[in-house]
Amino acid sequence: MSNIEKYDAIFIKSFDVDGSVLGPDLKYQSIPSWDSVGHMSMVAAMEDSFDVMLETEDIIDFSSYDKGKEILSKYGVEF
Amino acid sequence: MSIFDGLEKFGDKIAFVCESGEVSYIDFIELSSVISGLVLPRSLVFLVGCNELNCVAAYVGFLRRRVVPLLLNDNISVAQLKNLIDIYLPLYIFICVDKSGEFSGDYEVAGEFGGYILLRRIGGGVGKFSGVGGVELHDDLGLVLTTSGSTGSPRLVRISYKNILTNTESIIDYLKITSSDRAITTMPMAYSYGLSIINTHLKAGASIILTEATLMDRGFWDIFKKYRPNTFGGVPYIFEMLKRLRFGRMDLSFMRYITQAGGKLDGEFVAEFRDICADKGIEFIVMYGQTEATARMAYLPFERTYDKKNSIGVAIPGGKFWLENDDGKIINEPNIAGELIYQGDNVSMGYANNADDLTKADENCGVLRTGDIAQCDVDGYYYIVGRKKRFLKIFGNRVNLDEVDMLLKRAGYDAVATGKDDKLKIFVTKNQIDKIKNLLAEQLKLNPIAFDIELIEQIPRNNAGKILYANLPEI
Repeated sequence: MSNIEKYDAIFIKSFDVDGSVLGPDLKYQSIPSWDSVGHMSMVAAMEDSFDVMLETEDIIDFSSYDKGKEILSKYGVEF
Repeated sequence: MSIFDGLEKFGDKIAFVCESGEVSYIDFIELSSVISGLVLPRSLVFLVGCNELNCVAAYVGFLRRRVVPLLLNDNISVAQLKNLIDIYLPLYIFICVDKSGEFSGDYEVAGEFGGYILLRRIGGGVGKFSGVGGVELHDDLGLVLTTSGSTGSPRLVRISYKNILTNTESIIDYLKITSSDRAITTMPMAYSYGLSIINTHLKAGASIILTEATLMDRGFWDIFKKYRPNTFGGVPYIFEMLKRLRFGRMDLSFMRYITQAGGKLDGEFVAEFRDICADKGIEFIVMYGQTEATARMAYLPFERTYDKKNSIGVAIPGGKFWLENDDGKIINEPNIAGELIYQGDNVSMGYANNADDLTKADENCGVLRTGDIAQCDVDGYYYIVGRKKRFLKIFGNRVNLDEVDMLLKRAGYDAVATGKDDKLKIFVTKNQIDKIKNLLAEQLKLNPIAFDIELIEQIPRNNAGKILYANLPEI
């Protein structure tokens, strides 16, 4: 699986959404399942899947589908 | 008398820090009096709100004027709210502007405060409604709370003025809250634990940073760093978030203590937080309570987290615990499990299931059967080891499994609810997992992560049709 496929799969599973909603409009609290609880579980899945450990600031700033890719790329995950 | 009588004495001291800036006690009391002045004493008002200045001012004003508020979370669905209104017939509703239009058929605007509207029942004073002229509220009744956050269950807890006063004073006593403390909100005001933090800090003349931002918001940590609270509280999942956010690496030099309640935190987890906190000079205090006891029943003194990390501690000042076996006999030997019974002036008056119940006097007489199974060690410290009733704590909210069973049945599913804290397990006989997930998320207002739905061939039942929980697949 490519990184983008892994990334998308985590969003779909963590937030219980259809692949069609993945895009620039998908942001923290833009859908009911992306609340603080959903955020925590999504971040945990990202860390496990990409074998990285995010800094506090990056966990908080991971606030949209697009922003997440930007943050992970700082940890060497290429999309 | 209300716990908020005499708050004027704190004068120019800061009561709240919110988005619009700092608000002194004098200004806060003035705002609360303006709102409550529009409402008749001894009437019922639905306060549908959040951690926002006007909502808290309305709450305090209502208590001071002997108006009885039912506190509801503002994420409650309009359908659930309408159902509660039909059952309890409040004379007033205090609600955000966006939702207020939904009730224009029966209610008219009586006042507007920031983003909130006070609605008054049209023709109020005529016919059957709760409060003056209608169903008379019991004289001792000061506040009504739900037991399950925002699930819309009509079962409410009746809390007296004495309940609030004694529990607030007791908490101030054991946490040593003073006017130099500054708390930050992390839980809804309509949730008894969140409310107890507001009550205790106001009563002590301390300050409260009001925010709706969660720990996963940048906004929360911006306010946190700027205003430097010295305390906050959290339910178990908040501590999971703190751990994930590398709590141990944060600068928390300004914090005095952190409290935990709203469900059992694993002992290893308690030890981990104890060590992190001790390192930073912060006390980590595990507590235990229920809305039926206004909020708090027990606490574990910080120094005892070293030798009793699995314990809920001892009864709060003014309270008392004992254990009873299945025959109702008091257990006097240590380390024998039985139902945990609490006695204290903070034990609520009882439940309400309809408007008429709001006229009832105290039914509990200071004694609460907690429904939790506990044991006590030789030093008198209590440990929760199980539950008598079928309910779970999910993200700090109580979820009654029988109610979930009913909800699924009404929706036409052959299903049964079980599980453990923070994980509601559903066994169902037809593959409609997505539909059930959506139904539960909508009705229980919980993140679907909390649900684990599994297909099974048949729900085990005895000849009488009763579900055999022990025969369900292991979870």
